[in-house]
Amino acid sequence: MNDSSPILRVNNITKSFGDNTILNGVSFDLVKGEIKVLIGPSGGGKSTLLQCINCLVVPDSGDIELENEQIDFSSKQDLYSLRQRVGMIFQDFNLFDHLTALGNITIALRKVKKISKKDAEQRARVELEQVGLGDKEDLYPAQLSGGQKQRVAIARALAMDPKILMLDEPTSALDPELIGEVIAVIKALAHKGMTMVMATHQISLISGLADEILFMEQGNIVEQGPPSLLLTSGNSSKTQGFCDRLNELSEVEA
Amino acid sequence: MPIALSTVIDSLPYLLQGSFITAGIVVSAMLLGLVIGVCMAVGLVFGNKCIQYSITIYIWIFRGVPVVVLLFLFYFGLFNFLELNFSAFTSVTIVLGMTTGAYQANIFRGAILSLPQGQFKAASALGMSNSQAIRNIILPQILRMSIPAWSNEYSIILKDSALAFVIGAPEIMARTQFVASRTYQHLSLYIAAGIIYFLLTWAGVIALRKLEQSLRIPGYTHHGSN
Ligand SMILES: Nc1ncnc2c1ncn2[C@@H]1O[C@H](COP(=O)(O)OP(=O)(O)OP(=O)(O)O)[C@@H](O)[C@H]1O
Ligand SMILES: [Mg+2]
Repeated sequence: MNDSSPILRVNNITKSFGDNTILNGVSFDLVKGEIKVLIGPSGGGKSTLLQCINCLVVPDSGDIELENEQIDFSSKQDLYSLRQRVGMIFQDFNLFDHLTALGNITIALRKVKKISKKDAEQRARVELEQVGLGDKEDLYPAQLSGGQKQRVAIARALAMDPKILMLDEPTSALDPELIGEVIAVIKALAHKGMTMVMATHQISLISGLADEILFMEQGNIVEQGPPSLLLTSGNSSKTQGFCDRLNELSEVEA
Repeated sequence: MPIALSTVIDSLPYLLQGSFITAGIVVSAMLLGLVIGVCMAVGLVFGNKCIQYSITIYIWIFRGVPVVVLLFLFYFGLFNFLELNFSAFTSVTIVLGMTTGAYQANIFRGAILSLPQGQFKAASALGMSNSQAIRNIILPQILRMSIPAWSNEYSIILKDSALAFVIGAPEIMARTQFVASRTYQHLSLYIAAGIIYFLLTWAGVIALRKLEQSLRIPGYTHHGSN
């Protein structure tokens, strides 16, 4: 496998809930080290697409190829192995409330990867250190701020050594003053070359990190391209219009 | 010393031995109910329609039929019919365990549904199987959460266990009745029995409250002050 062949192929994915078509044949490729950013109006299908990629929501049709292997949606083993290789960060963190920051990270290492408790803890400490929470390992989620929770969630995903990290609006549930610390962690990951697919409405992440922007609307990718192309002022792209509105909003808030 | 008091004092060791039998019935029944309740709650939330339907019928039967009817039905009817030679103690434990299991299923089901759904998603996203997520993420939380309701259930089952005397299990009530029928000191003896039941309830509830406090997740919910 050479470096330019995609690590993830999403091919013609469709998904409906009842008569409601949410994804209408979505395709894209992701190469190692690339960062794709999903944007678009609410209800456009971004979260559903991300959850189809790791089969938390199983697609109705289409296929997913990870590291050149097609995923058999009906094989549990395939799904478990896919999910171990694709980390996911949620908008509302979804930490395990009964476990400490350290426990949140070690549980999957121990139960899924069958790593010994000692090794798992050692690994978890390294990851907590990376997200700047080395001194918080004994705290429970209820004792952490939103930004700290999201950083623990990122550490938890990274400890599994994912090939790809998916982030679904990682800063949207945070108070404005806590967004910065999470953005900093995501940017540091980008600099290390982490492959990512991220849904976000955070302008600095969109324009600063995206190799390619995918604009989703009504279950389709209706526009795609690098920020340098889509986000030049005076451009008539939907993306530009959308980001202008985001900018206006954030100026109103500030 | 009045005869009423001396009768109670004389028969106290005999009655207290009965309280070990009562405690044995209640503890075994609660644990059996815990296993039944957890399995059925998981089935109700994650099972298919057929599993859900069967469990619902079970719950309705055990909630709808009086314990004393179930006791006769199982002890004289079902166990005889199946040629199972269960003692009165075992029979009461099974009937009370199956009854509290039906109630505990509802307690645990409510607890599972009250958990934020995202935690199960997050566990799946990390590569856990459903059963790993249930065992490692869901159960530890719902069991903690259910201790107050469980303690309620304990006091109900403790009181229901007095019905065991009708099939002759030698617990507190059976022994009290036995002594009373010989000495005619009904008032003082049943007061003594009542006090023993009260103390058992109180001790169990306090112990469960201590357990709840020791398992409480820091920073989570604060009942009262500490
Ligand atoms: N489990 C489900 N059952 C039924 N409908 C669903 C389900 N999940 C999502 N939907 C619907 O799918 C549509 C797309 O939702 P999705 O969350 O993917 O959009 P989104 O682009 O992530 O929006 P947002 O920016 O608000 O997060 C919505 O109309 C939503 O109501
Ligand atoms: Mg979404």
